Amino acid sequence: MLELRKEYFADERDDNLNEIGKGTQRQDMLGHVTGASTYFNDHQLQGMLHLKVLRSAHSHARIRRIDHSEAERSPGVRRIIRGQDVPRNLNTLLSLINFGLDDEPTLAVDKVRYKGEPIVAVVADSPREAYEALAKIRVDYEPLPVVFDVEEALKTGAPVVNETYPKNAFIYHERYDHQKLRFGDVERGFAEADHVIEHRYQMSPIEHAPTETNGSIAAPDTNGRYIVYTSTQALFFSLDTCAKILDVPSNTFHFIGGTVGGGFGGKVDTLTEPLSILGAMLTGRPVRYVFGREEEMQYGPPRGAERIYLKDGVTRDGRIVARKARAYFDGGAYTRLSSYAVVKCAAHLPGPYTIPNVYGDIYCVFTNRTPATAMRGFGVTAMDFAIECQMDRLAELVGMDPMEFRILNAYRDGDMKAHRRETKGAALVECVQVAAEKAKWPIRDEFRRMSSRQGGGRRMEATPAPPPRPSYELTRPSHEPAPAPAPAPAAHGATRFSSVFGTRRR
Amino acid sequence: MTKHRGRGMASINYPIGMNLGGDPSQAIVHSNPTGKFTVSLSSIDLGQGMKSVTRQICAETLGVPVEDVYVDTADSDTGPHCMGSFASRGTHRVGNAVVAAAREARGVMMEAAAEELEVSAADLETDGRGNIHVKGAPHRSITTKEVAMAAQFKQGKTIAGRGIFLVPLSAVDPETGEMSPATCYAHACLVAEVEVDDETGEVAMVRMDSAYELGRALNPRLVEQQLVGGAWMGVSHALYETPEPYYPDPKCGPRDFVEYVMPGPGDICPHDIAVLERPAPDGPYGAKGPGEMCANPVLPAVANAIYNAVGVRVDELPITPEKVLRGLKAQGGARPKGGR
Repeated sequence: MLELRKEYFADERDDNLNEIGKGTQRQDMLGHVTGASTYFNDHQLQGMLHLKVLRSAHSHARIRRIDHSEAERSPGVRRIIRGQDVPRNLNTLLSLINFGLDDEPTLAVDKVRYKGEPIVAVVADSPREAYEALAKIRVDYEPLPVVFDVEEALKTGAPVVNETYPKNAFIYHERYDHQKLRFGDVERGFAEADHVIEHRYQMSPIEHAPTETNGSIAAPDTNGRYIVYTSTQALFFSLDTCAKILDVPSNTFHFIGGTVGGGFGGKVDTLTEPLSILGAMLTGRPVRYVFGREEEMQYGPPRGAERIYLKDGVTRDGRIVARKARAYFDGGAYTRLSSYAVVKCAAHLPGPYTIPNVYGDIYCVFTNRTPATAMRGFGVTAMDFAIECQMDRLAELVGMDPMEFRILNAYRDGDMKAHRRETKGAALVECVQVAAEKAKWPIRDEFRRMSSRQGGGRRMEATPAPPPRPSYELTRPSHEPAPAPAPAPAAHGATRFSSVFGTRRR
Repeated sequence: MTKHRGRGMASINYPIGMNLGGDPSQAIVHSNPTGKFTVSLSSIDLGQGMKSVTRQICAETLGVPVEDVYVDTADSDTGPHCMGSFASRGTHRVGNAVVAAAREARGVMMEAAAEELEVSAADLETDGRGNIHVKGAPHRSITTKEVAMAAQFKQGKTIAGRGIFLVPLSAVDPETGEMSPATCYAHACLVAEVEVDDETGEVAMVRMDSAYELGRALNPRLVEQQLVGGAWMGVSHALYETPEPYYPDPKCGPRDFVEYVMPGPGDICPHDIAVLERPAPDGPYGAKGPGEMCANPVLPAVANAIYNAVGVRVDELPITPEKVLRGLKAQGGARPKGGR
C-alpha cells in the first residue's frame, strides 16, 4: 500500500498539473498481461540458424590446442567461429567513454580466465545440432593456479588473472590500484572519538534472474546492413560495442529492442550481439544466440561480491566523527563495469551522514570467476549494507535509539559532503521521521521536529593538504596505516548538535 | 523451539544518473496530421515503465491528453541516441530530453494555432484536453487536430521538436576523490520486522514500513510497482540469493530456479509505503528515479532486525538459516534485544 505524503516539501512543488502525478495505466500494460508484447525472441525468421558457445571447463588454464574438425562434420553445422575470426577480439565495455583498457576477448584464444569463458562458437540449423557439435570439440588445457579471493589476489606472487592488469587490480588515474577518498583527518577523528569499532562485511554475488535471458537475433538486411533484435538495456551502447568488435561503421547495424523482460543491470554487457551478428555475417543467414538458464545463472555476469572493512569513531553523545572504509569489488576475470562502480562507491561514502573526517580506499580486483557487472544499486548496495549495519552497532554502543541516531547524524542542506560538494535537496531526516511514524516506532519530539532544511552548513574539519604520494602506492595495498596526522587546527562540528547533547534512549 | 520477533531499520540515499555525468539522452517528438504525437526514443523499457512515464511527461509539456501520445522505443534507425536504461537515469535523463523536445514541438503548435486564430501565440493556452484557446476567452478555441491539419496542409509547418539532456562529464581528483558524482539524490528509510526460529535458523518476514523520497512521483502507480518489487528483491538479497553459495569458492553454483533459492509468494510480507516528494531542481517536473535504491535499505534493515530478535549479527550475505544457527550456537542460544 502506498500513500503520498503531500505535506512534506509542499512549498517546493506545483501539484496542479494535468498528467503528472496521475496513476495512468501503463502504455504497454495490456500487451504484457495478455502475453501479446513482442520481445526480441518473438522474431522467428525464415532460415534462422542457432549459435551456441563452447565454454571453458577450467577457471584458469592455458589453451594448448583446439580441435574442432569432428564438430565441423557434425550434422547441421554451418560454421565454426574461433577467436581469430573476430575482427577485434579484445574489448572493454567502457572504452566507449574512454575508461579502462581493452582486456576481454569475445572468444578466448590462448588462455581462459574463468570457468565458462566462451572459446568456440558453433552455428547450426538447430540448437540441438549446435550442442551436439560442441560436444565433439576437443580442447587441450594446461591448468594454471587460480585465485578466487580478492585479498589473496592482491598479494605478491598471486596468480596473474588478466595480463592487462598484471597486479590483479584496475588502475586508477594511471597511478593507483584503487580510488581514494580523503576528507578531513580521519586519524585525528579516531583520536577524538570515545568509541572506535571496525567490522568486516561481505556482500554475496547475486544473479539478476530476469524472466527473459540475455539474447539476440541478427539477420542480413539489404545494402550490407544487419538488423539485430536484442534484449539489451542500452541500445546504442550495444550497437557501438558491436561496431568496435566487428570493426565496421556503426550504421552497418539496425538495432531493434526496447521491450525487455527484466534487466536489473544484467543486460548491458552486450554478450550475445557480437557473435550473433558475426554468425550472420559469416553464414549470410539469420542467427539466434540466446542464453539458457544455466548460462544466465553461472556465466552471465552477476552482481559482484564486495568485501568491506568499515572503521568508525563515535563520541559518547552520538556524533560520528570519523569513518574509514576499505572495500574490494570482486570484478571476476575482466573489467566490464566494475571499475566504474568503484568510483561511484567512493562518491557514496560515508553514506547520507555528515561526518567531518572520511577516508576511503576502494579497489576493483580481478579473480578467476565469471566477470561481474552492474546490478540494481551498483556500487552502493553493499556499502549501504555495511554502513547501516555499522550504524546499528554504533547506536547501541552509545545507547541511542537507532532512528534518533540516524537523524542526529543525517546530512542537511548546506552540509559539505566528503566528495566536497554541498548537500542540496536532502530528505533523509524526513524519511526517518515518516518511517518511524508508520512503524509506530517512538522517537522524541526534538527529533520529530528536526528538518533537512535546518541546521546545515557544517564543513569538514580543516583538511591538511593531501600528503605527497608515497612510493608504495602502486605496489600493493598498504591496508594501513594512514600518513601521520597534520597539526590539528581548531576542532569544530559539535556545536550544531548541542541541542540534543546528553539525550539518551529512555 | 521458539520464534523470536525483532525489528530493525536502515536509512539510505542514492545518486540519480551515471556517476560523474557524461550520459546524454535524446528525444524526438512529432505530430501526425491529425494532432496525434509520437515520441521517438532509443531508450529501453525493461518493465520499469519508461514508455509510460515519458508519455505522461510529453503530454504534460505539450498540453494534450495522454491518449494523444504514444512512445516508440527502441529502434536505432528512428530513435535518437540514449545512453541506456541503468544508473536510475531513465526518468531523469530521458524525461528531461522529452521535456525539451515537447517544448519545441509545442512552440510550433502554438504558432500554428495563433495563425489560425489570428492572435499572438503568447495569448494562447492549452486546456490539456485537446484544445487551444485564447487566455480568458475559452470560446476562441481550436482543437489540436485542426491545428495539426492546418500546419501540415496549409501552413507547411512541422509540429515537431528535438531534445537532449546532458550532465557534462566531470573529473575525479586522484588524491582526494573530489568529484561531482550526481546532481540529485533519492532517500529512504525502511523498518523491517522479522521472526527468527531459533531451532531452524529460518527468518520469516513479518512486515515492512517505509518512507521513500523520490522527487516528484510522476506516476504513483509506477512508483509503487518499483518500490514493492524492489523491496522484495532486497528481502531476497538479504536472506536467499547467491549464485556462489560458498563464495569465494565458486563450487556448487545453482543452475536453475530449483537450485537458486528465492522467496516465493508465501514469503512476501505486507509492506506499507509512504512517498515524499522533494522535487529535484533539474529533474523533469522535479522527478528523480526510484528504480535502484528501493532495494538497498532492506538488506541492512533485515540484518538489524535479526540482531534485535535473537542477538546474532550476520555480516555476510545472504543470511541463511545455517549462518543464523551458527551464530545462535556460538552465543549459546537466542538473546533477544527487545525494546521495539
